[in-house]
Order: sequence, then structure tokens, then C-alpha cells
Amino acid sequence: MKKTKIRVLVAKPGLDGHDRGAKVIARALRDAGMEVIYTGLRQTPEQIIETAIQEDVDVIGLSILSGAHMYIFPKIIQMLEEKDMSDILVIAGGIIPNEDISELKKIGIREIFTPGTDTKRIVEFIKSHIAVA
Amino acid sequence: MDYKEIEKAKKQWYDKTLSKVLDKFPERKERFVTGSNKDVKRLYDPLDLQNINYLEDIGYPGDYPYTRGVQPTMYRGRLWTMRQYAGFGDAEESNKRYKYLLKNGQTGLSIAFDLPTQIGYDSDHSMSHGEVGKVGVAIDSLKDMEILFEGIPLEKVSTSMTINAPAAVLLAMYIAVAEKQGVSADKLNGTIQNDILKEYIARGTYIFPPLPSMRLITDIFEYCSMNLPRWNTISISGYHIREAGSTAIQEIAFTLANGIAYVDAAVKKGLDVDKFAPRLSFFFNAHNDLFEEVAKFRAARKLWAKIMKERFGAKNPKSLMLRFHTQTAGCTLTAQQPDNNIIRVTLQALSAVLGGTQSLHTNSRDEALSLPSQKSVRIALRTQQVIAHESGVTETVDPLAGSYYIEKMTREIEDAVMDYINQIDKLGGAPKAIEKGFIQKEIQNSAYDYQKDVESKKRVVVGVNQYQSEEETMKDLLKVNPEIEKQQIKKLEEVKNNRAEHDVKEKLNKLKEAANSDKNVMPFILDCVKSYATLGEICDQLRDIFGEYKDSIKI
Amino acid sequence: MKLAERIRQGDTRTVARLITMVENDFPQAQPVLKELHQYCGQAIVVGITGPPGSGKSTITDKLTKHLRKMNKKVGIIAIDPSSPFSGGAILGDRIRMQDLTTDKDVFIRSVGARGHLGGLSRSTQAVVKIMDAMGKDFVFIETVGVGQSEIDVIKVSDVVLLIVMPGMGDDIQVIKAGIMEIGDIFVVNKSDRDGSDKLIAEIEMMLHLSEDEEKKWKSPIIKTVGTDNIGIDFLWEEVSKFVNYLKESGELLERRKNRTRKEIFDLFQENWREMFFKYIGEERVEKEVNRILQQNENPYNAVKNLSTVFKEKLFKEDN
Repeated sequence: MKKTKIRVLVAKPGLDGHDRGAKVIARALRDAGMEVIYTGLRQTPEQIIETAIQEDVDVIGLSILSGAHMYIFPKIIQMLEEKDMSDILVIAGGIIPNEDISELKKIGIREIFTPGTDTKRIVEFIKSHIAVA
Repeated sequence: MDYKEIEKAKKQWYDKTLSKVLDKFPERKERFVTGSNKDVKRLYDPLDLQNINYLEDIGYPGDYPYTRGVQPTMYRGRLWTMRQYAGFGDAEESNKRYKYLLKNGQTGLSIAFDLPTQIGYDSDHSMSHGEVGKVGVAIDSLKDMEILFEGIPLEKVSTSMTINAPAAVLLAMYIAVAEKQGVSADKLNGTIQNDILKEYIARGTYIFPPLPSMRLITDIFEYCSMNLPRWNTISISGYHIREAGSTAIQEIAFTLANGIAYVDAAVKKGLDVDKFAPRLSFFFNAHNDLFEEVAKFRAARKLWAKIMKERFGAKNPKSLMLRFHTQTAGCTLTAQQPDNNIIRVTLQALSAVLGGTQSLHTNSRDEALSLPSQKSVRIALRTQQVIAHESGVTETVDPLAGSYYIEKMTREIEDAVMDYINQIDKLGGAPKAIEKGFIQKEIQNSAYDYQKDVESKKRVVVGVNQYQSEEETMKDLLKVNPEIEKQQIKKLEEVKNNRAEHDVKEKLNKLKEAANSDKNVMPFILDCVKSYATLGEICDQLRDIFGEYKDSIKI
Repeated sequence: MKLAERIRQGDTRTVARLITMVENDFPQAQPVLKELHQYCGQAIVVGITGPPGSGKSTITDKLTKHLRKMNKKVGIIAIDPSSPFSGGAILGDRIRMQDLTTDKDVFIRSVGARGHLGGLSRSTQAVVKIMDAMGKDFVFIETVGVGQSEIDVIKVSDVVLLIVMPGMGDDIQVIKAGIMEIGDIFVVNKSDRDGSDKLIAEIEMMLHLSEDEEKKWKSPIIKTVGTDNIGIDFLWEEVSKFVNYLKESGELLERRKNRTRKEIFDLFQENWREMFFKYIGEERVEKEVNRILQQNENPYNAVKNLSTVFKEKLFKEDN
């Protein structure tokens, strides 16, 4: 049986305070019929994981523009593995240089959406990976 | 002027000349709009200026209401300050970059601090992992500040520091470094951003809740009015509000509303408006739509002058002058075909110059990808220099004045901004409007509308939704040394080992007491800083008394 | 059953997954809920409602922290409106409850108001049961009590707190419609603002006008400033008093009886709805609809016809 709604956690890890993108994407996902949990700024990896568990999300979307992604993302992926939650689709966006993208994809970030990405693409990507009724 | 004659002629033009063409060649689109989605007419003429009086509404530069500029000679007297925002890694690396920029003709410094520093955390704090030195320089103590300005004469250079929540601490450090150089505080020239309201709205690097934050800000106003007469105590910012997605009108409206809140707070504290207002400054965005931006800057000047005169009764002409720094719009930079950004920045910089900015930062072409490389930042600086010396726009003051379009748009922006300010007044002022989420909601709606326009191609972004091409990855991007964090933590340890612990503890305690009273905290912070207490230690004292702000606005 | 055992032990992952199944009406959830039923009934369910912006999430956060100091375990169901166009929702109540996220004994679930096949109140009731069985002493249901389904949700609670704030202007009229009748305790939040005394007077008057002589509980009006944690312990005292009153007067039992009665009725109705579509089928219904619109039939006869078909099929099935 398939569930009716895709649930997405949009998270801003670390100290970065730029949330324009995260908020625009949250709205776009909502307009595409998804339930979006947005938890605001300064999320620690622990908070992100715990929220993902309690809300039983299908997708975690990480938004970061401060350059701290190479430290924070692997931490989050590692914690997901430890909690046996690697089936959650993890995607990311923000200011992430190309050379880091291949590294991050290797450790388990399924797709990275850089500046200028059409929100439709993000919606389609999620919908093509998560089956709903 | 005989408006009836003009009306007649216009009607003739419409019926005879224009209609013929429109029948054969309809215009390119249904609606023509500014960058902020305001309708733009086909044509502006004297009829549009019927309600505008040159002497009352526009005036002469250097005279109230300053629409044409705050100085009578503007760039004929002195060019704007070319001030590139820079900083990354540790103090040594940033010091090198500052010397490079000064050598290449930059006329003022602008310091970028890393996020832990901006949020009052030392480099060894758990929240600082992965963030040290990434978006700016890491400053943990006075020692770092000394290295940052090594070999840079503080009595000759004006320094702008983009620091908000812990601004008092960084200012104290600057004063202490100057002292060591033998420069007295009253000679210091510069600015601290120190604008906490916009942090809650759009930027996110807050520490304490609004009330104690306002107290810190007015303490700084008071301290500087007595000890640093040349220092700009605040840079009331619209840049970030625009970056968060607002329109040009919202940018000015929310910035001026914040400005009103700061002046209110200072006046309530008992400060004489003419003593601190001359040292208030502003910081705006230079976005894509050239003419809208020019009109926006002119409208801002006029409105602030009126507000200071009529609402606050300021008498000193300096209190009425809106002086501002501009940065070209970061949010318009594209990761695709980065060289296109050079052209965008040029046009944006031009709008700031035509708008009469006092100081300007131009973005580098690679900033949608990373912090600027040396090569890219040089091009950005050269952009300003070419405009200054080769374009001719600096030969006369406020060259676009009198343009029917510009004057009409200036007026329209003024009216729309006042509408917002009245709305915000009804809500109880900017701090209350922020608490209620009103300002944030307006910005979010504009941001979402913009995104929809880009995705539906109503708004073209060259290289992104039109004129795309095969991507070649940009080479030679700046990479922050990954060892910085470890090195900085070691340095921090050394500082702690080499200072007099009991002295530090004593000064920190005195600060805590002062924070808990209504004394001005600046002298106490200065003492702490000189004893080599760290930024985190100082901020923690304040956290204990003031508490921490928790973001709680829903989308 | 292993699932039920894990839930009893408070395994958050299992709990979260079961909640998803329940929200989506998965049949696999039924046997688990059945098994958990015996462990239910301990938790006190507190409904928190009021107009947008009144501070419900903040009050929920502060009350929870207050309870945590007393070592009580708390579950929170935060309901937000869903878009009527897309069915999607932005669930942002957690922003105001950041500190609670990593507290092992607090479980927070965000819920969108739409898209619950069996209805929001049925879904919420099941989530309450899960949190109850999980060992929570208190379950908070936080919602904007505007739509009918959201009012139904509030009826799932043992205690209802109505949170209002000064400066709502005419919005207090909106509150009257339905919510005033089910509020047990009234909270004037942001009471440091102008107009809070006036608001209290207004509420007192409304309560007086609608006073039920039989009602033994006089609804208190508590002043709070949630963000500064002012009035929270006093508020909880009133809640405790009310819960004691409910228990001692037998009213708690009465309320739960009403709830259970409604639950049975809703479940029964849902069963029959399913069977209706199973035996009658959409096509047959459409045929009747068209006939009615072409004036060849009236709705009452149509139902009679369909009922005949239904009974026939049901009889066949049973035999």
C-alpha cells in the first residue's frame, strides 16, 4: 500500500542564516502537494536526525551557504547510517562547488541543487524517487 | 508650462504616430515592469511631473531634502570609497588580502568575519565545527585583531566591520589595536554594521533577544558620540532584506522603519538626537533595474531627511543626511556562465554611482560558487575604477535628475514606502512588526513571486533560463585552507595560556555586573578585550544576563 | 507482537512509522492498534487551540518544559492547515519547540489537516492512542480550531485550553463560533500587551451569557506571557485542578464515553461507506446522478434503488 503524501524535512544545518532558498523550496514543495517540516536556523545534526525520525520523513533537504558542508553533511549521513535510516532520500542545495559535489554524492547525498535550479526539477526528482498513491 | 498643449500633442501622437506602429508591430510583451514588478509606462513626459516641484521635492545637492545628494559637489569633490568586503581563513591570510586590495587602489577596508565570530562563538566551540574561517576571518581575541591590522595604519585607513550581535566587542578590539599603534580613538574612521533588527528579519546572525540587543546598540551610540566622533555607529541595512527577496520599495521601507526604531530607542534612552544621528549610516543593495535603483536611492535620501526633521525634530543638517554604502546584488549572480556576472555587476555599480552612494562594494564573478579569487576580486575593483575614471558619469552631480521617468519613479517609490512605514507604525513599530512576522511574510511573498516569474520565464535570467550553454567548470576558485580550524584552535589555546587568568576573570565579572545594571557596557568590554578575554567568553557573560534569541516565526 | 512491544518501550522509529500507517489508513495498522488498546487510558489529553499567532506553540513548549521538570513524559501532535489547492502543507510548529527535539521523553509529530482518508479526528485519536501506549503521561494536541474537522479534533481531548491574545480586534467574534463552548480553561497570552484586561472582561461576559447553571466548573481565565515563561506554572495548576475535578466528578468518564461512542459510530460509518462503494460502485452511482439531473429520477428513489442492489449483494456475500 502506498501513502498519500510525501513528507520532506527542510533543514538548515550549522550557523548559516540565509534561508531565502529553503523557504522558497518549502513553499514549492507544499504547492506540489507535499508535507514540509521546516525547523528554522541553526540545526545540529542531532536535531535533524531526531526530527527526521519522529516525523517519519521520506526526504531530508539540507540547505547550506556557508561553506561548512564538507564537515556537516558527512556527519549527518554518518548518523543516518548509525540509526539505520539510510533509506531516507537526502538531497542538498546552496553554495556547493562542483568538486565537492562528486565527493558528497559518493557518501550518499543523492542530488545537489545549485543556484539557479528550477524548483520544478527538485519536485520531479523527489516524486521520481518516492512512490505515493 | 502649458500642460493642456502637451496633453493635446500627446493625444495626437497617440492617435497618429503610435497607433500606426502598434497596429503593425505590437510590443514585445503585455506588461512591462521594473525589477520589483512595478508597472512601467511606455513613456514619461512633463505631464508626469505636474505634482512635483523642483525646489520643494528635489532641491539642490547638499541642501534639504537632499534628493540630489548629501554633498554639493558629490564626486567632483571626492569619489566614493571603493571598499571591497573581504576576509577569510585566519588573520594572517586576510591581512595579506587587505594589503593587496589597498595596493591596487582600494580606498577603505571592509572586514568579513566568519560565522562563529559573528555569532559570538570561539573557534573551539561545538557549534563552530566546520565553520571556522569559511565566510570571513576568524577572530577569537585581541591577538587575532592585532594580526589582522598588522602594518595597516589605522589613522589613515577607514575600516568597515560587518559585525552585528557582538559589534561592541569587535569595536573594542579595534580601539585597542589602534591604541597599540599609538592612534587615539578620536582619530578613528570607520563603521560597524551593528544592525540587529535586520538580523531577525533576514540575516540570522543574532545572539541576544531584541530588547537587550537594542540596549547594546544605544550603548555604542552613546560611547561613540563621546569618544569616537568620526565613527559611524551603525549601518542600517537594506542589502540583506533585498537579498532575502524583497522588492526595492520594501527594501527602503523596512530599512527606514528599522532606522526609526533605532532613533526611537536612543531618544528614549535620553540621547540628544543631534548628537548621535550624524553618525548613523545606511547600507543598500544595487540590483538589476538601473533606473529603479537610482530612483530608490534618491527617494530614500528624501524620506530620511523628512523623517529626521519632522518626526524627530533634528536640527543639525548632518542628522538629516542619509549617507550610504552600497553592495551590488549577490542574489543576482549566477553559477552558470560566471563571466556574465561581470556585466551584471557593472550595471549595478553604475546605478549606485548614479544614485549617489558614498561607498561601494562590487561583487566578484565567481561568488555564486565560492569566495572571490584574487583575480576575480581585482576585476571587481577595476569595474569601479573604470566607472569612476572613464565613463564620464562622475563629471556632474546627480546627472539623471530631471528625467521624467526618474523623477516620477522617485516620487512613486516615496509614496509606496510611506504607506509601508505607516502600516508598520500601526503595528507598533519595526520591532513589533518583526515579532508579528509581518515584515518577514512580505519578504517571503516577494521572494516566492520572483521565483515563479523566473520559472515561468516571465523574467529572463541570461544563462540560466535562457541562453544556456554547455558548462565549463570555473577554475582557480578560492579554497579556504581546511587546516585553519585546527590552527585557530591551537592559537586560541596559546592566548589562553599566555594571559593573566585572574585579571581576565575579574574583568569578565565586572562586565557581567555592568550588563545587569544600566551602565554603559562599552568601557567594561574594552577592559575585557585588553586582558585577552576571548570573544566567546565575553559573549557568554552577556548571554548569561540577556539570554539567547530563539527564532520562532513560521513560514 | 513485536511492533506493539517496541512501542511500549518507546522506540521512536517504530512509533513514527506506525503513526504514518495510521495517517494513511493502512490496514496493517489495525492489529497493532488493537493490541495497544489495553495499554491506553493513562495519558491525559490536552487540547490547545486558538487563533493563529496567539502563541499556542509557545505555550505548548513551555508547558511541556514545565512537565519535564516533574519528570513527566509528553507527546505533542501539532496540526497545521493544509493547502486546499495542493493538499500539501508547511508544518512549522516545531520551530517554537526546538529544545524539545532532543529530549528523549518528548515525542513531537507534525500533522497536516487534510488528506486523512478517515477524517482528521479519527486519525488524531489513533495517534493519541499510540502516544498513550508509548508511555506518555500527557498528550498535547495543538491546532487552529477553525474548521469543523479541527473542532472535532479538540473534542478528542480531555481538557481544552483556548489561547487568545489582546489586539485581535473583531477576531474575538470568530472565536465565539463553536470554540467558546468547548474551552475549559481560557488563556490570555501576550498579556503584557495593551488591551489584555479589556479582553478578560469580554471573555468573562461571554462566559456569563452562555453560563450553564448545571455546569459545576467555572472556567478560569489565566494571564500568561509565554515567551517569557510567565504564568505557565499557574496555568498548569489550573489544568491539574481541572483534571482532578474531571476525575472526581465522573466527568472524565463521561467525556471519554462520548468520545468512544463517537469513535464507534465513525468507524461503523466508515465501514459502511467502504461497503457502499464496494457493492454499488462508482459507475452505478454516476448513472443515477445523470438520471436525476435529466429529471428522469429523484434522489429519494435513486437511493431506494441503490439500497435494493446493496442488500442483494450483501445477502449474496453473507451466504
